Amino acid sequence: MDLDSGSSSTVGAGVQAIPGRPVRRGALYQFKQQNLPACKPVLTPATVIATFLLMSLIFIPLGLITLRTSNSVVEIVDRYDIECVPEEYRSNKLLYITDDSISKNCSRFLKVPKSMRAPIYVYYQLDNYYQNHRRYVKSRNDKQLLHGLGDNSTSSCKPLESAGDLPIVPCGLIAWSLFNDTFKFNSGSSELKVNRKNIAWKSDRDHKFGKDVYPFNFQNGPLIGGGKLDPNTPLSDQEDLIVWMRTAALPSFRKLYGRIEEDLDADDVIVVQLMNNYNTYSFGGKKKLVLSTSSWLGGKNDFFGVASLFIGAFCMLISIVFLLLHVKNPRPYGDATYTSWNKKSSSS
Amino acid sequence: MIDVKPRRLLTFLCNVLGIGIGPVLADFSKGHALESSPLLKEGQGQGQGQGQGQGQGQGQGQGQGMDSHSNSNCPSGNPLVPFEICDNSKPHHERRSRLKSMQFDDGFPLHEDNARSVYINDPKRTNQNYEFTGNEIRTSSYTLITFLPKNLFIQFHRVAYLYFLAIAALNQLPPLAVFGRTASLFPLLFVLCVTAIKDGYEDWRKHRSDRFENNRDCLVLQDHGIFLPKKWNRIQAGDVVKISADEMIPADIVLLGTSDKSGIAYIQTMNLDGESNLKTRFARQETVPAVTSESCAVTGVIRCEKPNRNIYEFTANMEFNGTKIPLNQTNIVLRGCVLKNTDWLIGVVVSAGQETKAMLNSAAAPPKRSKLEIYMNRETVWLSVFLFVMCSAVALGMGLWLRRHKHQLETLPYYRRTYLNRGPETGKDHKYYGIPMEILFSFLSSVIVFQIMIPISLYITMELVRVGQSYFMVEDMDMHDSSCGSRFQCRSFNINEDLGQIRYIFSDKTGTLTENKMEFRKASVFGKNYGNSMPVPPDTVKSKRRWKLKSEIPVDSDLMALLQKEKDSSSEERVAAHDFFITLTACNTVIPVVSGNRPCSYETKEDDGVVSIDYQGESPDEQALVSAASAYGYTLFERTTGHLVIDKNGEKIRLEVLGMHEFDSVRKRMSVVIRFPNNAVKVLVKGADTSMLRILANDDDIVWHATQDHLNEYSLEGLRTLVLASRDLSEAELEEWQSAYLEASTALFDRATKLRYAASLIECNLKLLGATGIEDRLQEGVPDAIECLRQAGIKVWVLTGDKQETAISIGVSCKLLTPDMEKIIINATSEAHCRDLLVEAKARYGVRSSGKGHGNGKHKTIVDPGMEEDDTAPLALIIDGTSLVYILERETESEASLFDIATACRVVICCRVAPLQKAGIVNLIKSRTDDITLAIGDGANDVSMIQMADVGVGICGQEGRQAVMAADFAMGQFQFLRKLLLVHGHWNYQRLGYLVLYNFYRNAVFVFMLFWYILCTAFSTTSALTEWSCVLYSVIYTSIPTVIVGVMDKDLSQQTLLQYPKLYGAGYRQEAYNIRLFWLTMIDTLWQSLVVFLIPVLTYKNSSIDIWSLGSLWTIAIVILVTVHLAMDVNGWILIMHLAVWGSIFITYGCLLVLDSIPLLPNYWTIYHLACTPTYWITILLVTVVALLPRFTCKVASQVLWPSDIQIAREAEARSKKHGDR
Repeated sequence: MDLDSGSSSTVGAGVQAIPGRPVRRGALYQFKQQNLPACKPVLTPATVIATFLLMSLIFIPLGLITLRTSNSVVEIVDRYDIECVPEEYRSNKLLYITDDSISKNCSRFLKVPKSMRAPIYVYYQLDNYYQNHRRYVKSRNDKQLLHGLGDNSTSSCKPLESAGDLPIVPCGLIAWSLFNDTFKFNSGSSELKVNRKNIAWKSDRDHKFGKDVYPFNFQNGPLIGGGKLDPNTPLSDQEDLIVWMRTAALPSFRKLYGRIEEDLDADDVIVVQLMNNYNTYSFGGKKKLVLSTSSWLGGKNDFFGVASLFIGAFCMLISIVFLLLHVKNPRPYGDATYTSWNKKSSSS
Repeated sequence: MIDVKPRRLLTFLCNVLGIGIGPVLADFSKGHALESSPLLKEGQGQGQGQGQGQGQGQGQGQGQGMDSHSNSNCPSGNPLVPFEICDNSKPHHERRSRLKSMQFDDGFPLHEDNARSVYINDPKRTNQNYEFTGNEIRTSSYTLITFLPKNLFIQFHRVAYLYFLAIAALNQLPPLAVFGRTASLFPLLFVLCVTAIKDGYEDWRKHRSDRFENNRDCLVLQDHGIFLPKKWNRIQAGDVVKISADEMIPADIVLLGTSDKSGIAYIQTMNLDGESNLKTRFARQETVPAVTSESCAVTGVIRCEKPNRNIYEFTANMEFNGTKIPLNQTNIVLRGCVLKNTDWLIGVVVSAGQETKAMLNSAAAPPKRSKLEIYMNRETVWLSVFLFVMCSAVALGMGLWLRRHKHQLETLPYYRRTYLNRGPETGKDHKYYGIPMEILFSFLSSVIVFQIMIPISLYITMELVRVGQSYFMVEDMDMHDSSCGSRFQCRSFNINEDLGQIRYIFSDKTGTLTENKMEFRKASVFGKNYGNSMPVPPDTVKSKRRWKLKSEIPVDSDLMALLQKEKDSSSEERVAAHDFFITLTACNTVIPVVSGNRPCSYETKEDDGVVSIDYQGESPDEQALVSAASAYGYTLFERTTGHLVIDKNGEKIRLEVLGMHEFDSVRKRMSVVIRFPNNAVKVLVKGADTSMLRILANDDDIVWHATQDHLNEYSLEGLRTLVLASRDLSEAELEEWQSAYLEASTALFDRATKLRYAASLIECNLKLLGATGIEDRLQEGVPDAIECLRQAGIKVWVLTGDKQETAISIGVSCKLLTPDMEKIIINATSEAHCRDLLVEAKARYGVRSSGKGHGNGKHKTIVDPGMEEDDTAPLALIIDGTSLVYILERETESEASLFDIATACRVVICCRVAPLQKAGIVNLIKSRTDDITLAIGDGANDVSMIQMADVGVGICGQEGRQAVMAADFAMGQFQFLRKLLLVHGHWNYQRLGYLVLYNFYRNAVFVFMLFWYILCTAFSTTSALTEWSCVLYSVIYTSIPTVIVGVMDKDLSQQTLLQYPKLYGAGYRQEAYNIRLFWLTMIDTLWQSLVVFLIPVLTYKNSSIDIWSLGSLWTIAIVILVTVHLAMDVNGWILIMHLAVWGSIFITYGCLLVLDSIPLLPNYWTIYHLACTPTYWITILLVTVVALLPRFTCKVASQVLWPSDIQIAREAEARSKKHGDR
């Protein structure tokens, strides 16, 4: 079943097989007559069994390796959206989150299960948040983000293209709903530095968000959707915004908050001081804080390993089944007596 | 060979451009497909010379006298016009009854109210009522100004374009704008532009040829009574025109006079009906004297029928000098004909321009659609159902979601129903129209997203693939007739795959199975059989001659010796032999064309005195007889109406022709009355044996018996026989006959009967001279081809105009009939008799009824490959035309029983059938089964059959090009049919069947994937893929390998296919495409789409992946998946396929890289980010493997455990190759 190499060699052989004639013309003639020698992959029992066996031999080790890699990743997930609401507001979280007078401070204690090597990625995770909703995805203006206020219209940003008579920079629902919880980490007594630079794609910073575009008229509307932006920092440096505006693919998503560039030892307790500002309570969205190390495969994900092992096992099984069938009931290969018309006449 | 190629390639490219893309989508709706055929016509260089107007005219109509048998066997004696039968838009039964009624339609009477008056040489008065059109023709459909609107209007008649338009229009609505406006218009604009350019180019060509036609010059009689040149487009009805030799006729004209004193004009009707021989037309004797080469003193009124397209009939009368003169079709010369052998003719224009018969006939034949495509459209309906269900699911989900979140719509950060700004719009809804409207919009926008579920691109792809397949068929050297240099032609690009599913072949005999090069083989002269001894080389007698024939005929030495005996040996035998050859020479309608002293002809190089003679005639038999006579020293040298000159071994004899009774189907003989130089008068008769043997004087002597034996012998050998006889006429008899003849030939009505009476006066008590046997040789390879096709499970029916014995003998010689066959012979004389015969045959051979007869129960021939062979005695049905008339004329149960018997028989031979009956027989099978029929023929008499059958094949033979013009495919010889069907047909069918399924799969898997994702986006029809990827997916990313594989993949080598003809059965068993495969494919599609959706989702479940990255991953994963899927099903890999398959993946990557490098697109730089992580690559690998695993397993299991015939043959092929290598 090695289609690739087999055929190119036969094509080559076919051209040489016509001696005497100019090779080009011969090949062209054979081509027109549809007589070019072709590699015809035929599935004999042997090739079938070998193919499946080979696949299982590829996928079982692959599964084992990826499982091991995934297991080496240490991940701490902490859902804080409920715990961080004071007891008295638990029944009416909306009131808590919309009332600016209530302090949003909250402390979380995370235990490190295994030692974690730097860099440790800090993510926030939102669930049941449809960043991929069509109304949401479209509500932005890439030209404005890159060039700032110019001649361009901001109609694509509807329903949030302007406040008062002035346009908003950055306009649109996505920017408006910028995530604004903040996290501070302490390990024991010392503060864990969170590096919040380089969390967005370099390509976004360089080419999608303008270096001389500054936030303008942002979050000045009657309703404040989320985080505010420093009007003196160009958009290309507002990495929180850039990360946020790369809208997530699925309703449950993580976004990079920063990196802790120190190793954490097992059984360390990390104290997280967070500001629980972001309103997910109105629609029942969950908020989680994630600390995770990374491997060559990315974060912790057993799916690869399990899927590969499953495929490997399946292929193994199939090859055994075919082997048994072939041993028990072999069919002569390419025997014309097995064709339907021959069978018919011999049986009657 | 190589130097021709560039031109041919260019031609082919033209065809591809011209025909390839246009009709493509056309087929989705109806019509138009053949409009592009002129391109093809000129491209193939068949030298039709003058413009499309005439060129297209050849497609229709049917010859009356082209095939000598059809002439004699047509029971009603009427020219039958098949125009109606090709009109597919009419309901079936209506067409049938129409077809039948026409057989006995005696033409229409000329009533005053439907007649038009033409005042000779008075165009002003003629055109007073504006009922005539000018002679300007316009075949083009557009002008510069009307082009754009009209072309768009015509284009949007096609359903496919309307679908595109509707989708694009939907997308322009603000609430629905799923794609950007440009991206959504792209596909529509693309097809519109391509089609418009193609149409424009074609129309420009038509304009050019119209202009050329309209600006030709013609001599017209003008005010001062002299002929002056006038442009063609200014000629009007009523004008008197003068045409010189070799000029083309500008309009339909009634002959007034010619350079010949008797008013004869010879014309060539090649442009009209494809016949290359000369035909005679007559000016009425009354008008001839009034016409000279410089003037025309005829005035009067011609009342003629309304313009119609029947080129074989014309009804009119002329008021001239106070008398009414009847006119018929022998008095009219049609536009497009060429005057030959006549110095000039003068005639009056009766219809001009668009009203001429040639123009009326120029409508293209209706396009055919392949069975596969019909089935495909059925499945497209299923896909529409899927589309509807998916869109409903999205709409319903949207509705439920909105209801559940009704109160949150204001607060959801990702929805925000109202405007948030502090402007005038504050508090108003933004793109929110209430739940019911939102549901509707959701439905419509999901239609936009899922639009490619209806695989519009499939129509383009199919057309491209068919063009490619046609290219290979055309290029196939095995189907290239080197003897006459004709290559295979694809005239229809829509039914390639039908060639792989043929169940019935209806074949003409003459010219199709046989060569139609009539050869004089045997002669029985005065009871003695000649032709068995060794022929003498013709050189011995040649030296004396001062002329040369175009072909040499071997002569029998004994007969030659008999003829060259001394003059005085006036034995009875010697006289009979002499009369025999005089009859051969004189009793015919052949016109000798003497071409002498042409400097370029090679004959004259040898000897300046030698001239070459070419015999032009309507019947190849007569040509063969005259040529044969000339080989024996009796050369017909000159023929006019009054006399003929015979060169008898160098001695010129001038014979006076007193009268001629032409061949008709009642008498089945022709006779001439000749006055010899010695004043003796003889009647010479020649005719079919059945009619001749009755009117002989000496009908029981030795000669009679011997001749009878010889006739039987000839018949058994498959020779076509004619009996010759003569009689001396006494003065009294002559006088009696002459008065009857004169009266008859000037009679205004019932002329035929009177002529027949006159003939009967002299056609009696004849002296038998002998008989001739003409061989119509079987074409090369015919028996093998028929045997092969039969093994392939195809039923070959032969429909011939020959008589029963000849038909049977031909059947035997081409292995259709084998000695062990039981022959059912049905030749009834009455309807009741016919029914009895059928019932009896049915009972005797235990033929099962097909159930409920006709009606709704269309019956599919039970395909049981073994069964037919196992029958104890194979049956053969031989049925003659008369019985067929009885059966087909009335839709009785006889038709059903005929069908039952015919389908139970292995061979059916229909003899003595008229052209329209051939179509009737095809229709009998077509209307009762779903099986695909193929008709093959070469003559104009096969046109109706060719157009009726699902697939029409024309043989470029002796009988003109009319069959070719009407056919879907044309080729040089019958034996090519074997390769065409078994190899190309098989390939085409397998390829297209797979292609259709694959296209369904390819689009559906993409749409399903989008669907699953939309379920994860709160039903908001977000597409993770960029709009450009959505548009380009079926246009660029996956199209090339589809087309290449569709054109070039071979499941089996041609050697194997020819070796095991039974493999062809896969075609008519519909193994490559059926509804079961469709559903299996759809289930597979569902699985694959789930896999391609879920694996990336599960992989990136807990990650920070953004929508565009995931979309990019999906794009590439699905492209790789469908490409590998295709690669997995490729049967034979050649280099170009590797390039196409793997190349398309690279092209996709290239496109993605380009798209991801544009900063303004949201997907900017995604692929660069993704491609540097191993996860991305492992995901793609997993998607491909997991998605294809079930399919691969099933494929392997079925191939290993339940192999199909094709699979076994493939294995055998691989095995033999391996052995060969060692």
